[in-house]
Amino acid sequence: MSTQIQEQETETETETEQTSEHQTRRLAEKRERADMRERAEADLSDADEIVRLKIFRYDPEVEGKKDPRFDTFEVPFGKGMTVLDALIYARDHFDSSLTFRHSCRQAICGSDALFVNGRQQLGCKTQLSDLEWPVRIEPLPHAEVVKDLVVDMEHFYDQMEAVEPYFQTNELPKGELEEQRQTRENREKVKMSTRCIWCSACMSSCNIAAGDNKYLGPAAINKAYRFAMDEREGEDMKEHRLNIIEQEHGVWRCQTQFSCTVVCPKDIPLTEHIQELKREAVKSNLKFW
Amino acid sequence: MSQSYDRGLIEDFGRWQEFSAGMWAWIFHKFTGWVLIGYLFTHIAVLSTATVDGATYTQTLQGLESLLLVRFLEVGLLAVAAFHILNGIRLLFVDLGVGLEAQDKAFYAALITTAAITVASIPTFLMGAF
Repeated sequence: MSTQIQEQETETETETEQTSEHQTRRLAEKRERADMRERAEADLSDADEIVRLKIFRYDPEVEGKKDPRFDTFEVPFGKGMTVLDALIYARDHFDSSLTFRHSCRQAICGSDALFVNGRQQLGCKTQLSDLEWPVRIEPLPHAEVVKDLVVDMEHFYDQMEAVEPYFQTNELPKGELEEQRQTRENREKVKMSTRCIWCSACMSSCNIAAGDNKYLGPAAINKAYRFAMDEREGEDMKEHRLNIIEQEHGVWRCQTQFSCTVVCPKDIPLTEHIQELKREAVKSNLKFW
Repeated sequence: MSQSYDRGLIEDFGRWQEFSAGMWAWIFHKFTGWVLIGYLFTHIAVLSTATVDGATYTQTLQGLESLLLVRFLEVGLLAVAAFHILNGIRLLFVDLGVGLEAQDKAFYAALITTAAITVASIPTFLMGAF
Protein backbone atom coordinates (compact mmCIF):
# COMPACT_ATOMS: atom_id res chain seq x y z
CA MET A 1 0.00 0.00 0.00
CA SER A 2 2.75 2.40 0.97
CA THR A 3 4.62 1.83 -2.28
CA GLN A 4 1.54 2.77 -4.24
CA ILE A 5 1.29 6.19 -2.58
CA GLN A 6 4.97 6.81 -3.20
CA GLU A 7 4.60 5.99 -6.85
CA GLN A 8 1.78 8.46 -7.20
CA GLU A 9 3.85 11.18 -5.60
CA THR A 10 6.82 10.70 -7.88
CA GLU A 11 4.56 10.63 -10.88
CA THR A 12 2.98 14.00 -10.09
CA GLU A 13 6.39 15.48 -9.34
CA THR A 14 7.83 14.53 -12.69
CA GLU A 15 4.73 15.74 -14.45
CA THR A 16 5.02 19.22 -13.03
CA GLU A 17 8.78 19.35 -13.53
CA GLN A 18 8.77 18.14 -17.12
CA THR A 19 8.00 20.52 -19.91
CA SER A 20 4.77 20.10 -21.76
CA GLU A 21 6.81 18.87 -24.72
CA HIS A 22 7.18 15.50 -23.06
CA GLN A 23 3.50 15.44 -22.24
CA THR A 24 2.45 16.13 -25.83
CA ARG A 25 4.78 13.44 -27.14
CA ARG A 26 3.32 10.93 -24.74
CA LEU A 27 -0.21 11.86 -25.69
CA ALA A 28 0.66 11.65 -29.36
CA GLU A 29 2.06 8.16 -28.84
CA LYS A 30 -1.05 7.18 -26.95
CA ARG A 31 -3.23 8.46 -29.78
CA GLU A 32 -1.13 6.57 -32.30
CA ARG A 33 -1.56 3.35 -30.35
CA ALA A 34 -5.31 3.92 -30.21
CA ASP A 35 -5.27 4.48 -33.98
CA MET A 36 -3.39 1.22 -34.47
CA ARG A 37 -5.97 -0.60 -32.39
CA GLU A 38 -8.81 0.96 -34.39
CA ARG A 39 -7.09 0.00 -37.62
CA ALA A 40 -6.61 -3.52 -36.30
CA GLU A 41 -10.32 -3.75 -35.50
CA ALA A 42 -11.12 -2.61 -39.03
CA ASP A 43 -8.61 -5.13 -40.42
CA LEU A 44 -10.16 -7.90 -38.37
CA SER A 45 -13.70 -7.15 -39.52
CA ASP A 46 -12.53 -6.95 -43.15
CA ALA A 47 -10.43 -10.11 -43.01
CA ASP A 48 -11.75 -13.30 -44.57
CA GLU A 49 -9.73 -15.40 -42.17
CA ILE A 50 -8.45 -14.69 -38.69
CA VAL A 51 -5.54 -16.64 -37.27
CA ARG A 52 -5.32 -17.16 -33.54
CA LEU A 53 -1.87 -17.14 -31.98
CA LYS A 54 -1.15 -18.54 -28.55
CA ILE A 55 2.07 -16.89 -27.50
CA PHE A 56 4.24 -17.72 -24.51
CA ARG A 57 4.66 -14.67 -22.27
CA TYR A 58 7.10 -14.16 -19.44
CA ASP A 59 8.75 -11.07 -18.04
CA PRO A 60 10.79 -11.40 -14.86
CA GLU A 61 11.10 -7.64 -14.44
CA VAL A 62 7.41 -6.87 -14.16
CA GLU A 63 5.42 -7.92 -11.13
CA GLY A 64 2.43 -9.93 -12.29
CA LYS A 65 4.20 -11.18 -15.43
CA LYS A 66 6.69 -13.33 -13.55
CA ASP A 67 4.51 -16.41 -13.93
CA PRO A 68 4.77 -17.73 -17.47
CA ARG A 69 1.47 -17.79 -19.31
CA PHE A 70 0.00 -17.93 -22.80
CA ASP A 71 -1.63 -14.87 -24.38
CA THR A 72 -4.00 -15.22 -27.28
CA PHE A 73 -3.84 -12.76 -30.18
CA GLU A 74 -6.16 -12.62 -33.17
CA VAL A 75 -4.52 -11.45 -36.34
CA PRO A 76 -6.12 -10.94 -39.78
CA PHE A 77 -4.70 -13.58 -42.11
CA GLY A 78 -3.42 -12.67 -45.55
CA LYS A 79 -2.07 -14.95 -48.26
CA GLY A 80 1.67 -15.61 -47.84
CA MET A 81 1.71 -14.52 -44.21
CA THR A 82 4.48 -16.02 -42.09
CA VAL A 83 4.63 -16.64 -38.37
CA LEU A 84 6.97 -13.65 -38.05
CA ASP A 85 4.52 -11.41 -39.97
CA ALA A 86 1.78 -12.38 -37.55
CA LEU A 87 4.02 -11.72 -34.54
CA ILE A 88 4.97 -8.29 -35.89
CA TYR A 89 1.30 -7.48 -36.49
CA ALA A 90 0.38 -8.53 -32.96
CA ARG A 91 3.19 -6.44 -31.46
CA ASP A 92 2.47 -3.33 -33.53
CA HIS A 93 -1.30 -3.36 -33.09
CA PHE A 94 -2.05 -4.97 -29.74
CA ASP A 95 0.85 -5.22 -27.33
CA SER A 96 4.07 -3.31 -27.82
CA SER A 97 5.69 -5.24 -24.97
CA LEU A 98 5.56 -8.52 -26.92
CA THR A 99 9.25 -9.37 -27.32
CA PHE A 100 10.95 -11.49 -29.97
CA ARG A 101 14.14 -11.34 -32.02
CA HIS A 102 13.99 -10.69 -35.74
CA SER A 103 16.04 -8.87 -38.30
CA CYS A 104 16.30 -9.77 -41.98
CA ARG A 105 12.93 -11.56 -42.42
CA GLN A 106 14.43 -13.78 -45.12
CA ALA A 107 15.93 -16.73 -43.26
CA ILE A 108 19.53 -15.60 -43.32
CA CYS A 109 20.13 -13.71 -40.06
CA GLY A 110 19.12 -16.64 -37.85
CA SER A 111 17.43 -14.48 -35.19
CA ASP A 112 13.90 -15.80 -35.13
CA ALA A 113 14.14 -19.52 -34.47
CA LEU A 114 11.01 -20.29 -32.45
CA PHE A 115 9.14 -23.30 -31.13
CA VAL A 116 6.06 -23.23 -33.36
CA ASN A 117 3.42 -25.92 -32.83
CA GLY A 118 5.95 -28.12 -31.05
CA ARG A 119 8.75 -27.82 -33.58
CA GLN A 120 11.82 -25.60 -33.95
CA GLN A 121 11.25 -23.41 -37.00
CA LEU A 122 12.28 -20.01 -38.33
CA GLY A 123 9.36 -17.61 -37.87
CA CYS A 124 10.12 -15.84 -41.14
CA LYS A 125 10.30 -19.05 -43.16
CA THR A 126 7.18 -20.73 -41.81
CA GLN A 127 3.91 -20.08 -43.64
CA LEU A 128 0.84 -19.84 -41.40
CA SER A 129 -1.11 -21.71 -44.07
CA ASP A 130 1.15 -24.75 -43.51
CA LEU A 131 0.36 -24.88 -39.80
CA GLU A 132 -2.47 -26.17 -37.70
CA TRP A 133 -4.49 -23.32 -36.17
CA PRO A 134 -4.48 -21.93 -33.48
CA VAL A 135 -0.73 -21.51 -33.77
CA ARG A 136 1.22 -22.05 -30.57
CA ILE A 137 4.43 -20.01 -30.40
CA GLU A 138 7.00 -20.59 -27.67
CA PRO A 139 10.66 -19.75 -27.13
CA LEU A 140 13.23 -22.41 -28.06
CA PRO A 141 13.25 -25.33 -25.61
CA HIS A 142 16.36 -26.25 -23.61
CA ALA A 143 17.45 -22.63 -23.38
CA GLU A 144 16.76 -20.16 -20.62
CA VAL A 145 13.99 -17.71 -21.39
CA VAL A 146 14.98 -14.08 -20.91
CA LYS A 147 11.65 -12.54 -21.86
CA ASP A 148 8.64 -13.74 -23.87
CA LEU A 149 10.12 -15.45 -26.96
CA VAL A 150 13.71 -14.39 -26.35
CA VAL A 151 16.13 -17.02 -25.07
CA ASP A 152 19.69 -16.75 -23.81
CA MET A 153 22.00 -17.76 -26.70
CA GLU A 154 25.27 -17.40 -24.77
CA HIS A 155 25.81 -21.14 -24.26
CA PHE A 156 25.18 -21.86 -27.95
CA TYR A 157 27.72 -19.22 -28.99
CA ASP A 158 30.25 -20.64 -26.51
CA GLN A 159 29.93 -24.07 -28.13
CA MET A 160 30.33 -22.51 -31.58
CA GLU A 161 33.49 -20.68 -30.50
CA ALA A 162 34.90 -23.89 -28.99
CA VAL A 163 35.46 -25.47 -32.42
CA GLU A 164 37.42 -22.45 -33.71
CA PRO A 165 34.90 -21.52 -36.41
CA TYR A 166 37.32 -19.72 -38.71
CA PHE A 167 39.73 -20.63 -41.51
CA GLN A 168 43.31 -21.28 -40.39
CA THR A 169 46.19 -22.91 -42.18
CA ASN A 170 49.96 -23.44 -42.02
CA GLU A 171 50.18 -24.06 -45.73
CA LEU A 172 50.28 -20.66 -47.33
CA PRO A 173 50.80 -20.40 -51.09
CA LYS A 174 54.32 -19.52 -52.32
CA GLY A 175 53.68 -16.22 -54.05
CA GLU A 176 53.00 -13.18 -51.91
CA LEU A 177 49.73 -12.29 -53.63
CA GLU A 178 48.71 -15.81 -54.65
CA GLU A 179 45.14 -16.84 -53.89
CA GLN A 180 44.23 -19.83 -51.78
CA ARG A 181 42.30 -21.78 -54.40
CA GLN A 182 39.79 -24.46 -53.52
CA THR A 183 38.88 -27.24 -55.94
CA ARG A 184 35.30 -27.36 -57.21
CA GLU A 185 34.87 -30.86 -55.76
CA ASN A 186 36.03 -29.74 -52.34
CA ARG A 187 33.72 -26.74 -52.42
CA GLU A 188 30.80 -29.06 -53.25
CA LYS A 189 31.75 -31.25 -50.29
CA VAL A 190 31.53 -28.44 -47.75
CA LYS A 191 28.77 -26.50 -49.54
CA MET A 192 25.83 -27.54 -47.36
CA SER A 193 27.80 -27.09 -44.13
CA THR A 194 28.58 -23.47 -45.00
CA ARG A 195 24.88 -22.61 -44.97
CA CYS A 196 24.56 -22.53 -41.17
CA ILE A 197 22.97 -19.30 -39.93
CA TRP A 198 23.63 -19.91 -36.20
CA CYS A 199 19.92 -19.95 -35.34
CA SER A 200 20.31 -22.68 -32.69
CA ALA A 201 17.23 -24.64 -33.82
CA CYS A 202 19.28 -27.87 -34.02
CA MET A 203 20.84 -27.37 -30.60
CA SER A 204 17.40 -26.79 -29.14
CA SER A 205 15.98 -29.93 -30.73
CA CYS A 206 18.85 -32.18 -29.58
CA ASN A 207 17.94 -34.48 -26.73
CA ILE A 208 21.59 -35.16 -25.92
CA ALA A 209 22.58 -31.50 -25.85
CA ALA A 210 19.67 -30.92 -23.45
CA GLY A 211 21.08 -33.39 -20.95
CA ASP A 212 24.79 -32.72 -21.47
CA ASN A 213 25.75 -29.07 -21.31
CA LYS A 214 29.31 -29.82 -22.44
CA TYR A 215 28.23 -31.52 -25.67
CA LEU A 216 29.30 -29.37 -28.61
CA GLY A 217 25.97 -29.83 -30.35
CA PRO A 218 25.06 -30.27 -34.03
CA ALA A 219 25.75 -26.69 -35.15
CA ALA A 220 29.26 -26.55 -33.70
CA ILE A 221 30.18 -29.98 -35.06
CA ASN A 222 28.85 -28.94 -38.46
CA LYS A 223 31.09 -25.88 -38.25
CA ALA A 224 34.04 -28.12 -37.41
CA TYR A 225 33.11 -30.28 -40.41
CA ARG A 226 33.11 -27.26 -42.68
CA PHE A 227 36.77 -26.53 -41.85
CA ALA A 228 38.07 -30.05 -41.22
CA MET A 229 36.89 -31.05 -44.70
CA ASP A 230 38.38 -27.95 -46.32
CA GLU A 231 41.52 -29.22 -48.06
CA ARG A 232 43.18 -25.80 -48.02
CA GLU A 233 43.66 -26.01 -44.25
CA GLY A 234 46.22 -28.79 -44.66
CA GLU A 235 46.86 -32.08 -42.84
CA ASP A 236 48.18 -30.82 -39.50
CA MET A 237 45.25 -28.42 -39.09
CA LYS A 238 42.82 -31.23 -39.86
CA GLU A 239 44.48 -33.29 -37.13
CA HIS A 240 44.08 -30.36 -34.73
CA ARG A 241 40.40 -30.08 -35.59
CA LEU A 242 39.80 -33.81 -35.19
CA ASN A 243 41.49 -33.59 -31.79
CA ILE A 244 38.84 -31.10 -30.70
CA ILE A 245 35.80 -32.94 -32.00
CA GLU A 246 36.82 -36.44 -30.84
CA GLN A 247 36.87 -35.37 -27.18
CA GLU A 248 34.46 -36.97 -24.73
CA HIS A 249 31.78 -34.35 -25.33
CA GLY A 250 32.39 -34.09 -29.06
CA VAL A 251 31.04 -36.21 -31.89
CA TRP A 252 30.67 -39.38 -29.83
CA ARG A 253 27.77 -37.97 -27.83
CA CYS A 254 25.62 -37.98 -30.96
CA GLN A 255 23.15 -40.87 -30.88
CA THR A 256 21.70 -40.30 -34.37
CA GLN A 257 18.19 -39.31 -33.38
CA PHE A 258 18.08 -37.12 -36.51
CA SER A 259 16.19 -34.38 -34.62
CA CYS A 260 18.66 -31.71 -35.76
CA THR A 261 18.49 -32.78 -39.41
CA VAL A 262 14.69 -32.69 -39.28
CA VAL A 263 14.46 -29.14 -37.87
CA CYS A 264 17.36 -27.41 -39.67
CA PRO A 265 15.81 -24.50 -41.62
CA LYS A 266 18.70 -24.52 -44.09
CA ASP A 267 18.39 -28.28 -44.79
CA ILE A 268 21.94 -29.07 -43.68
CA PRO A 269 22.43 -32.85 -43.35
CA LEU A 270 23.77 -32.44 -39.81
CA THR A 271 23.66 -36.09 -38.74
CA GLU A 272 25.46 -37.09 -41.94
CA HIS A 273 28.24 -34.60 -41.19
CA ILE A 274 28.56 -35.76 -37.59
CA GLN A 275 28.73 -39.39 -38.72
CA GLU A 276 31.40 -38.57 -41.28
CA LEU A 277 33.50 -36.85 -38.62
CA LYS A 278 33.11 -39.93 -36.40
CA ARG A 279 34.53 -42.06 -39.20
CA GLU A 280 37.35 -39.56 -39.79
CA ALA A 281 38.18 -39.63 -36.09
CA VAL A 282 38.33 -43.43 -36.09
CA LYS A 283 40.45 -43.47 -39.25
CA SER A 284 42.97 -41.04 -37.80
CA ASN A 285 43.37 -43.19 -34.69
CA LEU A 286 43.50 -46.64 -36.31
CA LYS A 287 46.96 -48.16 -36.58
CA PHE A 288 47.62 -51.49 -38.25
CA TRP A 289 50.97 -52.37 -36.74
CA MET B 1 19.84 -9.74 -18.09
CA SER B 2 18.65 -9.82 -14.55
CA GLN B 3 16.85 -13.13 -14.35
CA SER B 4 15.84 -15.86 -16.68
CA TYR B 5 13.30 -18.61 -16.57
CA ASP B 6 14.27 -22.22 -17.08
CA ARG B 7 11.32 -24.28 -18.29
CA GLY B 8 13.04 -27.49 -17.29
CA LEU B 9 12.22 -30.74 -19.00
CA ILE B 10 8.59 -30.06 -19.93
CA GLU B 11 9.57 -30.07 -23.59
CA ASP B 12 10.77 -33.65 -23.55
CA PHE B 13 8.50 -36.60 -22.92
CA GLY B 14 5.45 -34.39 -22.53
CA ARG B 15 5.64 -33.84 -26.28
CA TRP B 16 5.93 -37.45 -27.37
CA GLN B 17 3.26 -36.91 -29.99
CA GLU B 18 5.61 -34.62 -31.87
CA PHE B 19 8.60 -36.98 -31.88
CA SER B 20 10.14 -37.70 -35.27
CA ALA B 21 10.90 -41.15 -36.67
CA GLY B 22 14.56 -40.99 -35.67
CA MET B 23 13.60 -40.10 -32.10
CA TRP B 24 11.17 -43.02 -31.82
CA ALA B 25 13.82 -45.35 -33.26
CA TRP B 26 16.24 -44.18 -30.56
CA ILE B 27 13.69 -44.65 -27.75
CA PHE B 28 12.67 -48.12 -28.94
CA HIS B 29 16.29 -49.14 -29.40
CA LYS B 30 17.16 -48.08 -25.84
CA PHE B 31 14.06 -49.76 -24.42
CA THR B 32 14.56 -53.04 -26.27
CA GLY B 33 18.24 -52.98 -25.33
CA TRP B 34 17.43 -52.78 -21.62
CA VAL B 35 14.78 -55.52 -21.94
CA LEU B 36 17.33 -57.80 -23.64
CA ILE B 37 19.89 -57.17 -20.89
CA GLY B 38 17.24 -58.06 -18.31
CA TYR B 39 16.39 -61.19 -20.25
CA LEU B 40 20.05 -62.26 -20.33
CA PHE B 41 20.04 -62.60 -16.54
CA THR B 42 16.97 -64.85 -16.47
CA HIS B 43 18.42 -66.74 -19.45
CA ILE B 44 21.62 -67.49 -17.53
CA ALA B 45 19.61 -68.45 -14.43
CA VAL B 46 17.52 -70.96 -16.40
CA LEU B 47 20.51 -72.38 -18.27
CA SER B 48 22.52 -72.81 -15.07
CA THR B 49 19.97 -75.36 -13.79
CA ALA B 50 21.64 -77.72 -16.28
CA THR B 51 24.74 -77.69 -14.04
CA VAL B 52 22.76 -79.70 -11.46
CA ASP B 53 21.69 -82.44 -13.85
CA GLY B 54 19.71 -82.97 -17.04
CA ALA B 55 16.47 -83.87 -15.26
CA THR B 56 16.40 -80.61 -13.26
CA TYR B 57 16.92 -78.62 -16.43
CA THR B 58 14.09 -80.41 -18.25
CA GLN B 59 11.82 -80.01 -15.23
CA THR B 60 12.56 -76.25 -15.02
CA LEU B 61 11.86 -75.71 -18.68
CA GLN B 62 8.67 -77.76 -18.62
CA GLY B 63 7.52 -75.90 -15.54
CA LEU B 64 8.11 -72.54 -17.22
CA GLU B 65 6.51 -73.56 -20.49
CA SER B 66 3.35 -74.66 -18.67
CA LEU B 67 2.77 -71.09 -17.51
CA LEU B 68 0.57 -69.07 -19.89
CA LEU B 69 2.34 -65.84 -18.91
CA VAL B 70 5.71 -67.22 -20.00
CA ARG B 71 4.25 -68.13 -23.41
CA PHE B 72 3.11 -64.53 -23.91
CA LEU B 73 6.44 -63.17 -22.63
CA GLU B 74 8.20 -65.30 -25.22
CA VAL B 75 6.22 -63.62 -28.00
CA GLY B 76 7.17 -60.24 -26.50
CA LEU B 77 10.81 -61.27 -26.26
CA LEU B 78 10.89 -62.25 -29.92
CA ALA B 79 9.32 -58.90 -30.89
CA VAL B 80 11.90 -57.02 -28.80
CA ALA B 81 14.84 -59.01 -30.18
CA ALA B 82 13.61 -58.73 -33.78
CA PHE B 83 13.25 -54.95 -33.54
CA HIS B 84 16.63 -54.57 -31.84
CA ILE B 85 18.33 -56.60 -34.59
CA LEU B 86 16.58 -54.83 -37.47
CA ASN B 87 17.13 -51.36 -36.04
CA GLY B 88 20.70 -52.37 -35.28
CA ILE B 89 21.21 -53.03 -38.98
CA ARG B 90 19.65 -49.64 -39.71
CA LEU B 91 22.08 -48.01 -37.25
CA LEU B 92 24.97 -49.83 -38.89
CA PHE B 93 24.06 -48.19 -42.19
CA VAL B 94 23.70 -44.85 -40.43
CA ASP B 95 27.20 -45.25 -38.98
CA LEU B 96 28.57 -46.09 -42.40
CA GLY B 97 26.84 -43.04 -43.85
CA VAL B 98 24.78 -45.11 -46.28
CA GLY B 99 21.24 -44.01 -47.13
CA LEU B 100 20.82 -41.45 -44.37
CA GLU B 101 18.04 -39.73 -46.23
CA ALA B 102 16.01 -42.96 -46.02
CA GLN B 103 16.62 -43.56 -42.31
CA ASP B 104 12.97 -42.85 -41.39
CA LYS B 105 11.73 -45.32 -44.01
CA ALA B 106 14.21 -47.87 -42.67
CA PHE B 107 12.72 -47.40 -39.19
CA TYR B 108 9.18 -47.95 -40.47
CA ALA B 109 10.36 -51.01 -42.40
CA ALA B 110 11.94 -52.36 -39.20
CA LEU B 111 8.64 -51.83 -37.34
CA ILE B 112 6.56 -53.56 -40.02
CA THR B 113 8.97 -56.49 -40.31
CA THR B 114 9.00 -56.86 -36.52
CA ALA B 115 5.20 -56.93 -36.49
CA ALA B 116 5.12 -59.55 -39.25
CA ILE B 117 7.67 -61.79 -37.49
CA THR B 118 5.78 -61.46 -34.20
CA VAL B 119 2.41 -62.33 -35.70
CA ALA B 120 3.91 -65.26 -37.58
CA SER B 121 5.46 -66.61 -34.37
CA ILE B 122 2.24 -66.63 -32.34
CA PRO B 123 1.08 -70.14 -33.46
CA THR B 124 4.46 -71.63 -32.57
CA PHE B 125 4.71 -70.04 -29.12
CA LEU B 126 1.09 -70.42 -28.04
CA MET B 127 0.52 -73.94 -29.43
CA GLY B 128 -1.03 -76.11 -26.76
CA ALA B 129 -1.03 -73.26 -24.23
CA PHE B 130 -4.80 -73.10 -23.90
